[in-house]
Amino acid sequence: MREVNVQDITDAVREMAIDVNLHLSEGLVDDLAKALEREESPLGREIIERIIDNARAARDKQLPACQDTGTAVVMAEIGQDVHLVGGDLTEAINEGVERGYKEGRLRMSIVGDPIRRVNTNTNAPAVVHTFIVPGEGVKISFMAKGSGCENMSRLKMLNPADGEEGILRFIEEAVIEADGRACPPMTLGVGLGGDLEQAALLAKRALFRAPLGAPNPAGHVADLERKILARVNATGVGPMGMGGRVTALAVHVEVAPVHISSLPLALNVDCHAHRHRSVEL
Amino acid sequence: MTPRTTKLTTPLKESDLKTLHTGDMILLSGEVYTARDAGHERMVRLIHEGRKPPFDPKGAVIYYVGPTPPHPGMPVGSCGPTTSSRMDAYLDVVLSTGIKATVGKGCRSPEAYDAMRKHGAVYLAAIGGAGALLSGHVTGAEVVAWEDLGTEALRRLTIKDFPVIVAYDLAGNDIFGEGRRKWARR
Ligand code: SF4
Repeated sequence: MREVNVQDITDAVREMAIDVNLHLSEGLVDDLAKALEREESPLGREIIERIIDNARAARDKQLPACQDTGTAVVMAEIGQDVHLVGGDLTEAINEGVERGYKEGRLRMSIVGDPIRRVNTNTNAPAVVHTFIVPGEGVKISFMAKGSGCENMSRLKMLNPADGEEGILRFIEEAVIEADGRACPPMTLGVGLGGDLEQAALLAKRALFRAPLGAPNPAGHVADLERKILARVNATGVGPMGMGGRVTALAVHVEVAPVHISSLPLALNVDCHAHRHRSVEL
Repeated sequence: MTPRTTKLTTPLKESDLKTLHTGDMILLSGEVYTARDAGHERMVRLIHEGRKPPFDPKGAVIYYVGPTPPHPGMPVGSCGPTTSSRMDAYLDVVLSTGIKATVGKGCRSPEAYDAMRKHGAVYLAAIGGAGALLSGHVTGAEVVAWEDLGTEALRRLTIKDFPVIVAYDLAGNDIFGEGRRKWARR
């Protein structure tokens, strides 16, 4: 049985926390440059130009691209033939978050309790999801998720009769309501099917799909992705909500089998910062 | 074509505000005070107790921001705007002190726009997520109060040509609603 020391997971999380915040991915910046070509609103163009300048400024000054350096969201895919040694997995992940946020001079945005609301001053704990998968691999994915966009995420238990039009309308309305608050151009993660919590988790996982805008391998799902993207970009919300053609850069939909009487739909909204990475150990 | 750009210095005078039109780009200089959720809760509590905010509110500008820690020798780290609508519930009370503008991102509630019209105040939008870029327009920072709130402490930021877009002017033009309707494909 393969052994993996959780210390390596701590190091990986620390490294990714700093990296995603300081270095927006080149692919994302390319996608923003392409969006600039499509944008017709002068103010919208001005905003996208500054968003691109900001990504450069962050690299040059070694500053976080955005001051909301997010909730640390970690997806850990652990092969069932792996033996994790050297300590507790969740503690190891949280230690990586603490070190990364402190050493990277990132913002501490987590309160330890939703009612008492006192800052933990470490940005830990992370939101951790673990998945047991076949094989001997360990894959750790990290996302710095801003609250501006996370707060605009929505979930609804649709009826099967609501169908495609019901899905499109729900997402369109959520995007209009989110407006500039989610820092568009957005990326939308959509979870369809399963039950309440599975739909929500699928929506978040959909945001990790790389490269940005890669279609779902199932043709009918990819079709739905294209329709959602077209619908959302017809809203006119535009860059930072001030009007324009480019409201979303990409839509990723993930689906799961579902009960005959259910159609759970979760929408996880991500902003133009779209900060995530993965490593395999 | 870039939007009409004007320069403005704080504290803001009524005559300044009258010249602003929704959609204009403003390069703002002077001082702004930072406050977000927890800071607003404290500030509004003070005002309800009949006391003043811990700075001179006349013509002052509030910036909704929680910056990242600075590198040594720099005043602040990354410092872009947070979502303004979370502070809407406090806005009427905040503007009643003579504060004339708030800076943040995103659309606001009808009640917030009512409060701005009632008190003759404007709303300025900074570009969300552009914290590293905006950091370059901050030349000084000091904590004025509530240091225990960490990133949410009340800070006085000295700014130079800090770019903002007029999102709600004295005439009641709202860039979010109008911008979306203009660019929607029906
Ligand atoms: S929504 Fe994203 S880009 Fe906007 S402030 Fe939050 S983290 Fe930053």
